[in-house]
Amino acid sequence: MQLTNRSKVVSKKEMTFAEKLYFPAILGGMGITLKHFFKKPVTVSYPEVKRDIAGVFRGQHTLKRDEKGAERCTACGLCAVACPAEAITMTAAERKKGEESLYREEKYAAVYEINMLRCIFCGLCEEACPKEAIFLTDRIVPSNFERDGFIYGKDKLVEGMNENRVDVTKRQTEEVNEFKKDKHYAHNK
Amino acid sequence: MISFLIYKTILVIVIFAVSLVVAMYSTYGERKIAAFMQDRIGPNRAGPFGILQPLADGVKMFMKEEIIPDVSNKALFILGPCIAMLTACMTGVVIPWGAAITIGGEKYSLQITDINIGVLYMFGVLSIGVYGVMIGGWASNNKFSLLGAIRASSQMISYEVAMGLSIIALVMMTGTISLKEITEQQAGGNWNMWNVVYQPVGFLIFLICAFAETNRTPFDLPECETELVGGYHTEYSSMKLGFYLFAEYINMFISSAVIATLYFGGYNFPFMHDLGLSENLITILGVVALFAKIFFFIFLYMWVRWTVPRFRYDQLMNLGWKILIPLSIGNIMLTGLITLLRQKYYF
Repeated sequence: MQLTNRSKVVSKKEMTFAEKLYFPAILGGMGITLKHFFKKPVTVSYPEVKRDIAGVFRGQHTLKRDEKGAERCTACGLCAVACPAEAITMTAAERKKGEESLYREEKYAAVYEINMLRCIFCGLCEEACPKEAIFLTDRIVPSNFERDGFIYGKDKLVEGMNENRVDVTKRQTEEVNEFKKDKHYAHNK
Repeated sequence: MISFLIYKTILVIVIFAVSLVVAMYSTYGERKIAAFMQDRIGPNRAGPFGILQPLADGVKMFMKEEIIPDVSNKALFILGPCIAMLTACMTGVVIPWGAAITIGGEKYSLQITDINIGVLYMFGVLSIGVYGVMIGGWASNNKFSLLGAIRASSQMISYEVAMGLSIIALVMMTGTISLKEITEQQAGGNWNMWNVVYQPVGFLIFLICAFAETNRTPFDLPECETELVGGYHTEYSSMKLGFYLFAEYINMFISSAVIATLYFGGYNFPFMHDLGLSENLITILGVVALFAKIFFFIFLYMWVRWTVPRFRYDQLMNLGWKILIPLSIGNIMLTGLITLLRQKYYF
Protein backbone atom coordinates (compact mmCIF):
# COMPACT_ATOMS: atom_id res chain seq x y z
CA MET A 1 0.00 0.00 0.00
CA GLN A 2 1.38 3.34 -0.97
CA LEU A 3 0.65 6.05 1.57
CA THR A 4 2.45 9.01 0.00
CA ASN A 5 4.06 9.76 -3.32
CA ARG A 6 7.27 10.97 -1.70
CA SER A 7 9.13 7.69 -1.98
CA LYS A 8 12.05 7.55 -4.40
CA VAL A 9 13.09 4.61 -6.48
CA VAL A 10 16.69 3.78 -5.63
CA SER A 11 18.80 2.13 -8.28
CA LYS A 12 22.01 0.34 -7.54
CA LYS A 13 23.54 0.57 -10.97
CA GLU A 14 27.23 0.35 -11.70
CA MET A 15 29.09 3.64 -11.83
CA THR A 16 30.08 4.87 -15.24
CA PHE A 17 33.73 5.57 -16.03
CA ALA A 18 33.26 9.31 -15.60
CA GLU A 19 31.74 8.73 -12.18
CA LYS A 20 34.51 6.35 -11.21
CA LEU A 21 37.09 9.04 -11.88
CA TYR A 22 35.52 10.97 -8.97
CA PHE A 23 37.03 14.20 -10.22
CA PRO A 24 33.75 15.74 -11.46
CA ALA A 25 32.15 14.97 -8.10
CA ILE A 26 35.13 16.33 -6.13
CA LEU A 27 35.24 19.49 -8.23
CA GLY A 28 31.49 19.90 -7.78
CA GLY A 29 31.92 19.59 -4.02
CA MET A 30 34.75 22.10 -4.07
CA GLY A 31 32.51 24.45 -6.00
CA ILE A 32 29.91 24.20 -3.25
CA THR A 33 32.43 24.90 -0.50
CA LEU A 34 33.80 27.86 -2.48
CA LYS A 35 30.27 29.22 -2.84
CA HIS A 36 29.89 29.07 0.92
CA PHE A 37 33.30 30.74 1.30
CA PHE A 38 31.81 34.00 0.02
CA LYS A 39 28.52 33.72 1.87
CA LYS A 40 27.72 35.88 4.83
CA PRO A 41 28.44 34.07 8.11
CA VAL A 42 25.42 33.15 10.17
CA THR A 43 27.30 33.59 13.44
CA VAL A 44 25.92 36.02 16.01
CA SER A 45 28.87 37.37 18.05
CA TYR A 46 26.99 37.07 21.29
CA PRO A 47 28.16 39.61 23.85
CA GLU A 48 28.37 42.38 21.24
CA VAL A 49 25.36 41.37 19.17
CA LYS A 50 22.24 39.98 20.76
CA ARG A 51 19.57 38.09 18.96
CA ASP A 52 16.02 39.34 19.11
CA ILE A 53 14.05 37.35 21.61
CA ALA A 54 10.32 36.79 21.75
CA GLY A 55 8.26 39.26 23.73
CA VAL A 56 7.17 36.54 26.11
CA PHE A 57 10.72 35.27 26.70
CA ARG A 58 11.18 33.82 30.18
CA GLY A 59 14.60 34.67 31.61
CA GLN A 60 15.98 35.66 34.98
CA HIS A 61 13.40 36.39 37.69
CA THR A 62 12.79 39.69 39.37
CA LEU A 63 10.93 40.54 42.57
CA LYS A 64 8.80 43.59 41.94
CA ARG A 65 8.18 46.60 44.13
CA ASP A 66 4.89 48.46 44.16
CA GLU A 67 4.34 52.05 43.05
CA LYS A 68 5.69 53.41 46.37
CA GLY A 69 8.79 51.23 46.20
CA ALA A 70 7.77 48.65 48.81
CA GLU A 71 8.42 44.97 48.13
CA ARG A 72 5.30 43.21 46.98
CA CYS A 73 6.28 39.71 48.12
CA THR A 74 4.54 38.48 51.26
CA ALA A 75 6.36 35.17 51.50
CA CYS A 76 3.17 33.15 51.05
CA GLY A 77 5.15 30.34 49.49
CA LEU A 78 2.79 29.70 46.58
CA CYS A 79 5.59 30.10 44.09
CA ALA A 80 7.69 27.54 45.94
CA VAL A 81 4.74 25.16 45.93
CA ALA A 82 4.09 25.72 42.26
CA CYS A 83 7.72 25.29 41.28
CA PRO A 84 8.12 21.89 39.57
CA ALA A 85 11.89 22.01 39.88
CA GLU A 86 11.83 22.97 43.57
CA ALA A 87 14.18 25.82 42.92
CA ILE A 88 12.62 28.39 45.26
CA THR A 89 13.16 28.62 49.01
CA MET A 90 12.17 31.43 51.33
CA THR A 91 12.04 32.43 54.97
CA ALA A 92 9.18 34.65 56.12
CA ALA A 93 9.49 37.44 58.68
CA GLU A 94 7.13 39.88 60.35
CA ARG A 95 7.24 43.51 59.42
CA LYS A 96 8.38 45.77 62.27
CA LYS A 97 7.01 49.19 62.99
CA GLY A 98 8.55 51.81 60.73
CA GLU A 99 9.21 49.38 57.89
CA GLU A 100 5.95 50.18 56.11
CA SER A 101 7.78 51.86 53.26
CA LEU A 102 9.95 48.78 52.73
CA TYR A 103 7.38 46.00 52.68
CA ARG A 104 3.84 46.28 51.48
CA GLU A 105 2.18 43.81 53.83
CA GLU A 106 2.71 42.69 57.42
CA LYS A 107 4.65 39.64 56.34
CA TYR A 108 7.62 39.65 54.02
CA ALA A 109 10.38 37.38 52.76
CA ALA A 110 13.51 37.82 54.84
CA VAL A 111 15.32 35.31 52.63
CA TYR A 112 14.24 34.54 49.08
CA GLU A 113 16.47 32.30 47.03
CA ILE A 114 16.15 30.82 43.57
CA ASN A 115 18.60 28.18 42.45
CA MET A 116 19.16 29.04 38.80
CA LEU A 117 20.66 25.64 38.11
CA ARG A 118 17.44 23.95 39.18
CA CYS A 119 15.10 26.49 37.62
CA ILE A 120 13.58 25.39 34.31
CA PHE A 121 12.16 28.85 33.53
CA CYS A 122 8.64 27.48 33.12
CA GLY A 123 7.04 30.58 34.60
CA LEU A 124 4.72 28.73 36.98
CA CYS A 125 5.93 30.87 39.91
CA GLU A 126 4.84 33.93 38.03
CA GLU A 127 1.46 32.38 37.38
CA ALA A 128 1.03 31.28 40.97
CA CYS A 129 1.91 34.61 42.57
CA PRO A 130 -1.21 36.34 43.90
CA LYS A 131 0.64 39.59 44.65
CA GLU A 132 2.18 40.27 41.26
CA ALA A 133 5.57 40.04 42.98
CA ILE A 134 7.62 37.64 40.89
CA PHE A 135 8.09 37.93 37.15
CA LEU A 136 10.44 36.39 34.64
CA THR A 137 12.26 39.03 32.63
CA ASP A 138 14.02 39.06 29.26
CA ARG A 139 17.43 38.97 30.92
CA ILE A 140 19.66 35.92 30.54
CA VAL A 141 21.17 34.29 33.62
CA PRO A 142 24.93 34.71 33.19
CA SER A 143 27.36 31.85 33.60
CA ASN A 144 29.41 31.38 36.73
CA PHE A 145 32.45 29.42 37.83
CA GLU A 146 30.93 28.33 41.16
CA ARG A 147 27.74 26.46 41.86
CA ASP A 148 27.06 28.80 44.79
CA GLY A 149 27.03 31.66 42.34
CA PHE A 150 23.86 30.35 40.79
CA ILE A 151 21.83 30.66 43.98
CA TYR A 152 20.30 34.10 43.58
CA GLY A 153 19.25 35.85 46.79
CA LYS A 154 17.24 38.98 47.28
CA ASP A 155 20.26 41.13 46.44
CA LYS A 156 20.06 39.98 42.86
CA LEU A 157 16.36 39.35 42.52
CA VAL A 158 14.65 42.42 44.00
CA GLU A 159 14.42 45.19 41.47
CA GLY A 160 16.13 48.48 42.19
CA MET A 161 14.49 51.71 43.26
CA ASN A 162 13.47 54.47 40.85
CA GLU A 163 15.55 54.38 37.68
CA ASN A 164 16.80 50.83 38.34
CA ARG A 165 13.29 49.48 38.10
CA VAL A 166 13.22 46.36 35.95
CA ASP A 167 10.86 46.65 33.08
CA VAL A 168 9.38 43.18 32.96
CA THR A 169 8.13 41.26 30.00
CA LYS A 170 5.04 41.87 27.97
CA ARG A 171 3.28 39.33 30.11
CA GLN A 172 2.80 41.92 32.88
CA THR A 173 0.00 43.75 31.13
CA GLU A 174 -3.08 45.37 32.55
CA GLU A 175 -5.15 42.46 31.26
CA VAL A 176 -3.00 40.00 33.16
CA ASN A 177 -3.24 42.00 36.34
CA GLU A 178 -7.01 42.26 35.95
CA PHE A 179 -7.27 38.55 35.25
CA LYS A 180 -5.28 37.68 38.36
CA LYS A 181 -7.60 39.77 40.54
CA ASP A 182 -10.60 37.77 39.35
CA LYS A 183 -11.28 35.36 42.19
CA HIS A 184 -13.73 33.52 40.00
CA TYR A 185 -10.85 31.39 38.65
CA ALA A 186 -9.62 28.58 40.86
CA HIS A 187 -5.94 29.42 40.92
CA ASN A 188 -6.55 33.02 41.91
CA LYS A 189 -8.41 32.18 45.08
CA MET B 1 84.89 33.56 2.30
CA ILE B 2 83.57 35.48 5.29
CA SER B 3 81.04 37.34 3.16
CA PHE B 4 79.95 34.02 1.65
CA LEU B 5 79.37 32.58 5.13
CA ILE B 6 77.44 35.65 6.25
CA TYR B 7 75.26 35.60 3.13
CA LYS B 8 74.48 31.89 3.53
CA THR B 9 73.77 32.27 7.25
CA ILE B 10 71.38 35.14 6.61
CA LEU B 11 69.65 33.19 3.85
CA VAL B 12 69.29 30.09 6.05
CA ILE B 13 67.89 32.11 8.93
CA VAL B 14 65.49 34.01 6.68
CA ILE B 15 64.15 30.87 5.02
CA PHE B 16 63.85 29.09 8.37
CA ALA B 17 61.97 32.05 9.82
CA VAL B 18 59.76 32.42 6.77
CA SER B 19 58.77 28.76 6.77
CA LEU B 20 57.97 28.93 10.50
CA VAL B 21 55.91 32.10 10.12
CA VAL B 22 54.06 30.75 7.11
CA ALA B 23 53.34 27.52 8.97
CA MET B 24 52.19 29.52 12.00
CA TYR B 25 49.80 31.57 9.96
CA SER B 26 48.67 28.49 8.05
CA THR B 27 47.08 27.32 11.29
CA TYR B 28 45.25 30.62 11.46
CA GLY B 29 44.39 30.43 7.76
CA GLU B 30 43.14 26.90 8.16
CA ARG B 31 40.75 27.89 10.92
CA LYS B 32 39.56 30.97 9.07
CA ILE B 33 39.04 29.09 5.80
CA ALA B 34 37.24 26.29 7.60
CA ALA B 35 35.03 28.85 9.26
CA PHE B 36 34.22 30.70 6.05
CA MET B 37 33.40 27.47 4.26
CA GLN B 38 31.01 26.55 7.06
CA ASP B 39 29.41 30.04 7.15
CA ARG B 40 31.13 30.90 10.42
CA ILE B 41 33.51 33.71 11.43
CA GLY B 42 36.44 31.81 12.88
CA PRO B 43 38.96 33.07 15.44
CA ASN B 44 38.40 36.81 15.91
CA ARG B 45 39.16 37.53 19.55
CA ALA B 46 42.97 37.73 19.72
CA GLY B 47 43.88 41.00 18.04
CA PRO B 48 42.09 42.50 15.04
CA PHE B 49 40.48 39.71 12.97
CA GLY B 50 42.17 37.30 15.38
CA ILE B 51 45.60 37.67 13.74
CA LEU B 52 47.34 37.08 17.09
CA GLN B 53 45.61 33.71 17.42
CA PRO B 54 48.71 31.68 16.38
CA LEU B 55 50.73 33.42 19.12
CA ALA B 56 48.02 32.66 21.65
CA ASP B 57 48.01 29.02 20.50
CA GLY B 58 51.80 28.89 20.79
CA VAL B 59 51.76 30.29 24.30
CA LYS B 60 49.02 27.83 25.23
CA MET B 61 51.08 24.92 23.86
CA PHE B 62 54.16 25.99 25.85
CA MET B 63 52.20 26.48 29.06
CA LYS B 64 50.46 23.11 29.00
CA GLU B 65 51.55 20.31 31.27
CA GLU B 66 54.16 18.05 29.76
CA ILE B 67 53.21 14.40 30.17
CA ILE B 68 55.53 11.56 29.24
CA PRO B 69 53.77 8.23 29.87
CA ASP B 70 55.47 5.92 32.38
CA VAL B 71 55.29 2.96 30.03
CA SER B 72 56.71 4.81 27.05
CA ASN B 73 60.24 4.55 25.75
CA LYS B 74 61.37 7.99 26.88
CA ALA B 75 64.27 8.57 24.53
CA LEU B 76 62.28 7.60 21.45
CA PHE B 77 59.23 9.44 22.74
CA ILE B 78 61.22 12.65 22.70
CA LEU B 79 63.01 11.78 19.47
CA GLY B 80 59.76 11.41 17.50
CA PRO B 81 58.65 15.05 17.33
CA CYS B 82 62.28 16.12 16.91
CA ILE B 83 62.62 14.09 13.72
CA ALA B 84 59.25 15.29 12.44
CA MET B 85 60.25 18.91 12.96
CA LEU B 86 63.81 18.47 11.67
CA THR B 87 62.86 16.81 8.41
CA ALA B 88 60.07 19.31 7.84
CA CYS B 89 62.56 22.17 8.05
CA MET B 90 65.31 20.44 6.04
CA THR B 91 63.54 20.21 2.69
CA GLY B 92 63.46 23.98 2.24
CA VAL B 93 67.21 23.97 1.60
CA VAL B 94 67.09 22.83 -2.03
CA ILE B 95 64.09 24.85 -3.17
CA PRO B 96 65.05 27.81 -5.38
CA TRP B 97 63.16 30.64 -3.71
CA GLY B 98 64.18 33.09 -6.41
CA ALA B 99 66.79 33.89 -9.04
CA ALA B 100 69.96 35.78 -8.07
CA ILE B 101 70.05 39.24 -6.56
CA THR B 102 72.97 41.47 -7.58
CA ILE B 103 74.35 43.66 -4.80
CA GLY B 104 77.55 45.65 -5.50
CA GLY B 105 78.49 43.55 -8.52
CA GLU B 106 78.17 40.27 -6.59
CA LYS B 107 75.47 37.77 -7.45
CA TYR B 108 73.63 36.23 -4.52
CA SER B 109 71.47 33.25 -5.40
CA LEU B 110 68.27 32.92 -3.37
CA GLN B 111 68.68 29.17 -3.09
CA ILE B 112 70.57 27.88 -0.08
CA THR B 113 72.29 25.12 -1.98
CA ASP B 114 71.92 24.05 -5.59
CA ILE B 115 72.88 20.39 -5.26
CA ASN B 116 72.56 18.60 -8.57
CA ILE B 117 70.46 15.82 -7.02
CA GLY B 118 67.87 18.19 -5.54
CA VAL B 119 64.88 15.97 -6.29
CA LEU B 120 66.56 12.91 -4.78
CA TYR B 121 67.57 14.85 -1.66
CA MET B 122 63.98 16.00 -1.28
CA PHE B 123 62.65 12.46 -1.46
CA GLY B 124 65.30 11.22 0.92
CA VAL B 125 64.41 13.77 3.57
CA LEU B 126 60.71 13.24 2.97
CA SER B 127 60.97 9.53 3.63
CA ILE B 128 62.91 10.14 6.85
CA GLY B 129 59.87 12.14 7.93
CA VAL B 130 57.94 8.88 8.25
CA TYR B 131 60.27 7.89 11.09
CA GLY B 132 59.10 10.82 13.18
CA VAL B 133 55.54 9.58 13.00
CA MET B 134 56.46 5.91 13.39
CA ILE B 135 58.86 6.32 16.29
CA GLY B 136 56.45 8.62 18.07
CA GLY B 137 53.54 6.24 17.66
CA TRP B 138 55.54 3.19 18.68
CA ALA B 139 57.27 4.80 21.67
CA SER B 140 53.93 5.91 23.13
CA ASN B 141 53.12 2.28 23.98
CA ASN B 142 49.46 2.82 23.20
CA LYS B 143 47.45 0.79 20.73
CA PHE B 144 45.77 3.75 19.11
CA SER B 145 49.11 5.46 18.64
CA LEU B 146 50.60 2.30 17.22
CA LEU B 147 47.69 1.84 14.81
CA GLY B 148 48.07 5.42 13.69
CA ALA B 149 51.79 4.96 13.21
CA ILE B 150 51.31 1.75 11.21
CA ARG B 151 48.75 3.44 9.03
CA ALA B 152 51.04 6.42 8.57
CA SER B 153 54.05 4.36 7.58
CA SER B 154 52.18 2.08 5.16
CA GLN B 155 50.37 5.02 3.64
CA MET B 156 53.50 7.08 3.17
CA ILE B 157 55.49 4.18 1.75
CA SER B 158 52.75 3.30 -0.75
CA TYR B 159 52.29 6.85 -1.94
CA GLU B 160 56.00 7.55 -2.12
CA VAL B 161 56.23 4.96 -4.89
CA ALA B 162 53.63 6.67 -7.05
CA MET B 163 55.10 10.05 -6.23
CA GLY B 164 58.57 8.97 -7.28
CA LEU B 165 57.25 7.44 -10.50
CA SER B 166 55.36 10.59 -11.38
CA ILE B 167 58.55 12.58 -10.87
CA ILE B 168 60.51 10.20 -13.11
CA ALA B 169 58.34 11.21 -16.06
CA LEU B 170 59.13 14.84 -15.28
CA VAL B 171 62.83 14.12 -14.95
CA MET B 172 62.82 12.27 -18.29
CA MET B 173 61.31 15.34 -19.88
CA THR B 174 63.59 17.92 -18.30
CA GLY B 175 66.72 15.80 -18.28
CA THR B 176 67.88 17.04 -14.88
CA ILE B 177 67.17 16.46 -11.20
CA SER B 178 68.42 19.81 -10.01
CA LEU B 179 65.47 21.90 -8.90
CA LYS B 180 67.21 25.08 -10.05
CA GLU B 181 67.59 23.83 -13.61
CA ILE B 182 64.03 22.50 -13.69
CA THR B 183 62.84 25.97 -12.72
CA GLU B 184 65.04 27.73 -15.24
CA GLN B 185 63.76 25.53 -18.04
CA GLN B 186 60.27 26.83 -17.36
CA ALA B 187 61.24 30.47 -17.88
CA GLY B 188 58.88 32.35 -20.18
CA GLY B 189 59.21 33.15 -23.88
CA ASN B 190 58.94 31.19 -27.13
CA TRP B 191 55.78 29.37 -26.09
CA ASN B 192 57.72 27.70 -23.32
CA MET B 193 55.06 26.65 -20.87
CA TRP B 194 55.13 25.47 -17.31
CA ASN B 195 55.66 21.75 -16.83
CA VAL B 196 52.03 21.22 -15.82
CA VAL B 197 51.05 21.71 -19.48
CA TYR B 198 53.34 18.89 -20.60
CA GLN B 199 52.76 16.63 -17.59
CA PRO B 200 49.10 17.02 -16.55
CA VAL B 201 48.71 13.41 -15.45
CA GLY B 202 52.04 13.47 -13.64
CA PHE B 203 51.00 16.65 -11.87
CA LEU B 204 47.71 15.16 -10.77
CA ILE B 205 49.42 12.04 -9.40
CA PHE B 206 52.05 14.17 -7.66
CA LEU B 207 49.34 16.39 -6.14
CA ILE B 208 47.36 13.43 -4.82
CA CYS B 209 50.52 11.85 -3.41
CA ALA B 210 51.54 15.15 -1.84
CA PHE B 211 48.21 15.20 -0.01
CA ALA B 212 48.90 11.67 1.20
CA GLU B 213 52.51 12.42 2.18
CA THR B 214 51.55 15.40 4.29
CA ASN B 215 48.75 13.41 5.97
CA ARG B 216 46.10 15.86 4.92
CA THR B 217 42.45 15.04 4.36
CA PRO B 218 41.26 12.97 2.50
CA PHE B 219 44.36 10.96 3.47
CA ASP B 220 44.54 11.88 7.16
CA LEU B 221 44.20 8.30 8.34
CA PRO B 222 47.23 8.47 10.67
CA GLU B 223 45.50 11.12 12.76
CA CYS B 224 41.93 10.20 12.17
CA GLU B 225 40.29 11.88 15.18
CA THR B 226 37.05 9.97 14.74
CA GLU B 227 38.59 6.50 14.80
CA LEU B 228 41.93 6.61 16.58
CA VAL B 229 41.48 9.39 19.16
CA GLY B 230 44.43 11.32 17.77
CA GLY B 231 46.40 8.66 15.93
CA TYR B 232 50.15 8.63 16.48
CA HIS B 233 50.13 11.74 18.70
CA THR B 234 47.44 10.54 21.14
CA GLU B 235 49.89 10.38 24.05
CA TYR B 236 51.65 13.62 23.25
CA SER B 237 51.02 16.84 25.10
CA SER B 238 52.38 20.34 25.37
CA MET B 239 54.90 21.51 22.79
CA LYS B 240 55.74 17.97 21.62
CA LEU B 241 52.21 17.76 20.27
CA GLY B 242 52.68 21.28 19.00
CA PHE B 243 55.78 20.18 17.05
CA TYR B 244 53.88 17.34 15.39
CA LEU B 245 51.04 19.61 14.37
CA PHE B 246 53.46 22.32 13.35
CA ALA B 247 55.55 19.93 11.27
CA GLU B 248 52.42 19.08 9.29
CA TYR B 249 51.95 22.72 8.39
CA ILE B 250 55.61 23.19 7.47
CA ASN B 251 55.35 20.09 5.29
CA MET B 252 52.32 21.60 3.66
CA PHE B 253 54.22 24.80 2.94
CA ILE B 254 57.27 22.99 1.60
CA SER B 255 55.28 20.59 -0.56
CA SER B 256 53.33 23.54 -1.97
CA ALA B 257 56.68 25.10 -2.81
CA VAL B 258 57.83 21.86 -4.45
CA ILE B 259 54.65 21.59 -6.54
CA ALA B 260 55.02 25.21 -7.59
CA THR B 261 58.69 24.66 -8.47
CA LEU B 262 58.30 21.41 -10.35
CA TYR B 263 55.08 22.01 -12.25
CA PHE B 264 54.16 25.69 -12.06
CA GLY B 265 57.37 27.42 -13.05
CA GLY B 266 58.74 28.20 -9.59
CA TYR B 267 59.74 31.84 -9.41
CA ASN B 268 59.01 32.42 -13.10
CA PHE B 269 56.03 34.50 -14.06
CA PRO B 270 54.58 35.26 -17.51
CA PHE B 271 56.37 37.89 -19.66
CA MET B 272 59.11 38.23 -17.03
CA HIS B 273 61.79 39.14 -19.59
CA ASP B 274 59.56 41.11 -21.97
CA LEU B 275 58.64 43.98 -19.67
CA GLY B 276 62.09 45.56 -19.64
CA LEU B 277 62.52 45.39 -15.85
CA SER B 278 65.88 45.37 -14.09
CA GLU B 279 67.30 42.02 -12.98
CA ASN B 280 66.84 42.66 -9.26
CA LEU B 281 63.24 43.72 -9.73
CA ILE B 282 62.53 40.59 -11.74
CA THR B 283 64.04 38.51 -8.93
CA ILE B 284 61.92 40.22 -6.30
CA LEU B 285 58.76 39.91 -8.40
CA GLY B 286 59.72 36.28 -8.98
CA VAL B 287 59.84 35.63 -5.25
CA VAL B 288 56.42 37.27 -4.95
CA ALA B 289 55.13 35.10 -7.80
CA LEU B 290 56.50 31.95 -6.17
CA PHE B 291 54.84 32.83 -2.88
CA ALA B 292 51.55 33.58 -4.64
CA LYS B 293 51.69 30.09 -6.15
CA ILE B 294 52.62 28.56 -2.78
CA PHE B 295 49.75 30.31 -1.04
CA PHE B 296 47.36 29.14 -3.71
CA PHE B 297 48.41 25.54 -3.10
CA ILE B 298 48.18 25.95 0.67
CA PHE B 299 44.67 27.26 0.08
CA LEU B 300 43.99 24.25 -2.14
CA TYR B 301 45.11 21.92 0.66
CA MET B 302 42.67 23.55 3.04
CA TRP B 303 39.92 23.83 0.46
CA VAL B 304 40.12 20.09 -0.17
CA ARG B 305 40.30 19.36 3.54
CA TRP B 306 36.96 21.05 4.17
CA THR B 307 35.31 19.47 1.13
CA VAL B 308 36.32 15.85 0.77
CA PRO B 309 35.68 13.23 3.47
CA ARG B 310 38.34 10.76 4.60
CA PHE B 311 39.08 7.57 2.68
CA ARG B 312 38.52 4.15 4.11
CA TYR B 313 41.79 2.30 4.62
CA ASP B 314 41.23 -0.25 1.84
CA GLN B 315 40.16 2.51 -0.54
CA LEU B 316 43.38 4.33 0.28
CA MET B 317 45.48 1.27 -0.54
CA ASN B 318 43.45 0.55 -3.69
CA LEU B 319 43.95 4.07 -4.94
CA GLY B 320 47.67 3.99 -4.22
CA TRP B 321 48.64 0.58 -5.55
CA LYS B 322 46.00 -0.23 -8.14
CA ILE B 323 45.37 3.15 -9.74
CA LEU B 324 48.12 5.68 -9.13
CA ILE B 325 51.11 3.36 -9.66
CA PRO B 326 49.86 1.84 -12.98
CA LEU B 327 48.82 5.31 -14.09
CA SER B 328 52.23 6.79 -13.34
CA ILE B 329 53.99 3.88 -15.11
CA GLY B 330 51.78 4.51 -18.12
CA ASN B 331 52.70 8.17 -17.89
CA ILE B 332 56.39 7.30 -17.89
CA MET B 333 55.99 5.11 -20.97
CA LEU B 334 54.02 7.81 -22.81
CA THR B 335 56.61 10.43 -21.91
CA GLY B 336 59.38 8.13 -23.08
CA LEU B 337 57.60 7.46 -26.35
CA ILE B 338 57.06 11.14 -27.07
CA THR B 339 60.66 12.01 -26.13
CA LEU B 340 61.90 9.32 -28.50
CA LEU B 341 59.69 10.53 -31.34
CA ARG B 342 60.85 14.09 -30.76
CA GLN B 343 64.48 13.05 -30.98
CA LYS B 344 63.85 11.15 -34.16
CA TYR B 345 61.73 13.69 -36.02
CA TYR B 346 62.92 16.94 -34.38
CA PHE B 347 59.61 18.59 -33.56
